[in-house]
Amino acid sequence: MPIKVGIPSALLFYDYYPLWITFFEELGADVIVSKNTNKEIVDMGIKNTVDEACLPVKVFHGHVLDLKNKVDLIFIPRITSVSKYEYICPKFCGLPEMIKYSIKDLPEIIDTNIDFRKSKKNLNRTVMEIGGYITKDVKKIKNAFEIAMKEYSRYKDLIKKGFLPIDTLKKDIYSKGDFFRGKAKVLLLGHPYNIYDPHISMDLVQKLRKHNLTVVTCESFCEEAMNEKAATLDKKMFWSFGRKILGTVLSAIKNDEICGIIYLSSFGCGLDSVIGDIAERRIRRDSNKPFTLLTIDEHTGEAGVDTRIEAFVDMIKWRDEHENNLSPHRKFIHSN
Amino acid sequence: MKITFPHIGNSYIPIKALFEDLGVETVIPPKSSKKTLELGTKNAPELICLPLKINLGNYIESIAKGADTIIITGGCGPCRFGYYCEVQKEILKDMGYDVDIIVLEAPEGNKKEFIRRVSKIANTKNIVKISKSLKNAITVLKKLNALEEMVLKARPYEVHENEVDKLYNNFIDKLEKSRGSREMINHLNNAVEMMKEIKLDKNREVLRVGIVGEIYAVIDDYCNFDIGKKLNKMGVEVHKSLSTGEWITEMLLFRSMGMSKEMKIWEAANPYIKTCIGGHARETVGNTVLYSKEEYDGVIQLMPFTCMPEIVAMSMMPSIQEEKNIPILTLIIDEMTGEAGYLTRLEAFIDLLRNRKDKRISQTVDS
Repeated sequence: MPIKVGIPSALLFYDYYPLWITFFEELGADVIVSKNTNKEIVDMGIKNTVDEACLPVKVFHGHVLDLKNKVDLIFIPRITSVSKYEYICPKFCGLPEMIKYSIKDLPEIIDTNIDFRKSKKNLNRTVMEIGGYITKDVKKIKNAFEIAMKEYSRYKDLIKKGFLPIDTLKKDIYSKGDFFRGKAKVLLLGHPYNIYDPHISMDLVQKLRKHNLTVVTCESFCEEAMNEKAATLDKKMFWSFGRKILGTVLSAIKNDEICGIIYLSSFGCGLDSVIGDIAERRIRRDSNKPFTLLTIDEHTGEAGVDTRIEAFVDMIKWRDEHENNLSPHRKFIHSN
Repeated sequence: MKITFPHIGNSYIPIKALFEDLGVETVIPPKSSKKTLELGTKNAPELICLPLKINLGNYIESIAKGADTIIITGGCGPCRFGYYCEVQKEILKDMGYDVDIIVLEAPEGNKKEFIRRVSKIANTKNIVKISKSLKNAITVLKKLNALEEMVLKARPYEVHENEVDKLYNNFIDKLEKSRGSREMINHLNNAVEMMKEIKLDKNREVLRVGIVGEIYAVIDDYCNFDIGKKLNKMGVEVHKSLSTGEWITEMLLFRSMGMSKEMKIWEAANPYIKTCIGGHARETVGNTVLYSKEEYDGVIQLMPFTCMPEIVAMSMMPSIQEEKNIPILTLIIDEMTGEAGYLTRLEAFIDLLRNRKDKRISQTVDS
């Protein structure tokens, strides 16, 4: 019987799922992805995590609990860094420990350290270590990784075309692929695991689309241009999320197609408190684009969020109608 | 150029010594107060951690006193502290202040730039002069840390009430009024001698509590509501696991060189946390384990609200508490923390420790 590998569909799942799933499947494992986030998973997560943790980490705990009795191995890598001189987030570095000490009687955890902060030299060793949990056949692991990488680059191409990771999860994406042509664009900022999880974000992407807006995210921007802009910051941003978001903001400021910016942040997120603030200050200082910050946690009511989205959309439409693109309201606040 | 810097505990004293030795004009920010915190909270991002808010308040008050250059230390993450300088720059810019911010770090390993920044602050290119002044300032800092440690240890045993405090405050006063490191070192040597002469009643039943957590919350007595004194008054001997002196030497010599003490802490933390995850999470876990080995009665973890590394450490605390049989209290501080509620929690924790100790003593007597 094949080994059952569980992958929690939370946190970096939305960035890497084609890579992870294909890799384990090619190795001959039975891959079980946890259910889509729902109220039950969120509640389980909240009960089993320290109160101070942010919502996405709590949700991740919920997903692990969902997999607990169904699998032989759970994939919770310690993702310290994915690019040079950069980190993901302190909580990601300590995630396997947080899980181990919060949830009892877990199946074995694949907690390989993924750390490319100094160089990508140890990539091969990292892949072998992860594959080693399933098979000892080095050639098979190598082969599986190659196929997985191909699948992953195909996925990345789709994202570049304007699809969002949540669209690619649906089977019939091409038939519904007309939602990003020739409409006003709204830039949605934030961590992928907040934006793309429909339960956490309260389906923010679909809500904006229903208002006839095209949603673009960091993933839809050209990576090179983003990095170039991020390099203009006085100090190198040492979080990968931060580099992406600030790079995107700095390019979006100069982009006339983008008519509004929304930042979705989870309460208590250390990165967002820094990145969100710098982003907001830059946007307000260097452009006249409307900006709004939505903060979510497990207590957020959907009606309140809806009201804020509607107000934001109304503002964009109102501007469009009056065309002069001036907001006397905001100007007034800042001309003291 | 009038230099200012943020407060952290008593570190303004050695910094004052350093710049006076170098002959650079400094503005010491007024002691952190409610006003400082209000100024900081008003202008900082809502969900940023408390140290930044207090630092920002310090700057604003210093600028009002005439400062035009701010120095801060940098870092490269993954904790937020590494990006403090940029956030503060943006905030001060939006507030309309025209100040120079100098970040003490080697950006992406650029040592030349680091030396350029240091000589700019020091107002001299004479490396010998800089390193000599720095060495003296570190001596002041270490001696001051030693004095602070003595105070926290002696206070619960003092025969005449407030004697230690009187002496300590008197010396801090003297240090503030003295100029240059030489004078300060003299004062500190005297202080240590006089501390030794204070009459102590060593037969008292005193509990021992170790303090771990985020460095600013542990060291800065404004931030932690002077937890050391509060505990001392309840008859508890206190040991803080972190000090500015150790932090500075760690910064200068870099963590990777692995000084013996640090290795010991990491080794103790190893069963729970194997890698450095930023901030002092690893030290928090390691020191908690070490305190349990040294048979302390309890451990208190202090952290600012939303501190990322400490949250990871916090999630391991229940397991450590159980496995090492040592009670742990986690206190989270932010600008909304009320002193009365904080005190009640401390009192409840100390009561628990005292009951536990009494029970253990009576059990050993019975058997």
